[in-house]
Amino acid sequence: MGLFDFLKPKKETASIARDRLRIIVAQERNTRGAPDYLPLLRRELLEVIKKYVNVDADAVNVKLVKEGEHDVLDISVALHEDP
Amino acid sequence: MAEIIVVTSGKGGVGKTTTSASIACGLARRGKKVAVIDFDVGLRNLDLIMGCERRVVYDFVNVTQGEATLKQALIKDKRFDTLFILAASQTRDKDALSKEGVEKVLRDLHNDGFDYIVCDSPAGIEKGAYLAMYFADTAVVVVNPEVSSVRDSDRILGLLDSKTRKAENGETLKPHLLLTRYSPSRVAGGEMLSIQDVEEVLGLKTLGVVPESGDVLNASNKGEPVILDLESSAGQAYDDAVGRLLGEDRPLRFTTVDKKGFFSKLFGG
Repeated sequence: MGLFDFLKPKKETASIARDRLRIIVAQERNTRGAPDYLPLLRRELLEVIKKYVNVDADAVNVKLVKEGEHDVLDISVALHEDP
Repeated sequence: MAEIIVVTSGKGGVGKTTTSASIACGLARRGKKVAVIDFDVGLRNLDLIMGCERRVVYDFVNVTQGEATLKQALIKDKRFDTLFILAASQTRDKDALSKEGVEKVLRDLHNDGFDYIVCDSPAGIEKGAYLAMYFADTAVVVVNPEVSSVRDSDRILGLLDSKTRKAENGETLKPHLLLTRYSPSRVAGGEMLSIQDVEEVLGLKTLGVVPESGDVLNASNKGEPVILDLESSAGQAYDDAVGRLLGEDRPLRFTTVDKKGFFSKLFGG
């Protein structure tokens, strides 16, 4: 720390790092342990749905969830409010 | 039963080998019988950090493939009678280690009366890293306060949760975080993730915090694990971490900025 350091703008980047990590780690934990085919399945479903309705690129959500004894493939598609 | 400790991280260059060497020495200094194994096939380095690189005759792969006995391959440390090193092979064949081979070596070490087996994992999430963690009872995840290291640690935590023998048997393996290269002054300046930031993102408490220190490079230059340098803050921090691993209650040290005098504030230093 030198005499004129107070003239330089402060670079407080740790909070940016923390916020970015919170988001990416949460996202990656959600997909952890999921089968490898999920991203491709999601992409192909999106292609098919787009033929019929106008949806956003992130409209299709595919998850594998455990319900008791069974694995359930949970697919949800978000549509626009006014089609 | 010998306790198997894996030292892992995902990302390379964060201090796994430094940590493995220091934990092994710290345990041996407490009188425990310790073997430390380099799992980084093709990139042997633990021998250098431990200072026994010129005494490697046989390696881990030689033992698993029956070309040497475990006794022939274990290198006895010159400082501690109860500390032994098993070097990695320099072969380029990454598949030279097998799960059965590793399991047999670990079982033989256990039968030889070892208290602790420290497995120094290679970087990455491939076979070597998988084998290093598979049989572990305890995991030490080495993390730097930096985005890519924290993210990779989370991947490793996920693997520890699912890809180990304990996980397959429905038991839980409690991982410990070890934060290394920590700079309290950069944290105070808002430039570096704090202990709390890392703990919060990963959802785990730290086992220890090792400050960034030139002593670590000096130690590896000499082949003397930094824990043996008791003058050094990094060495003392490693000793605290080993103590906590054994259940001792040690407060965190070296994690806040030293108060500086007026002149050093004014002129830098």
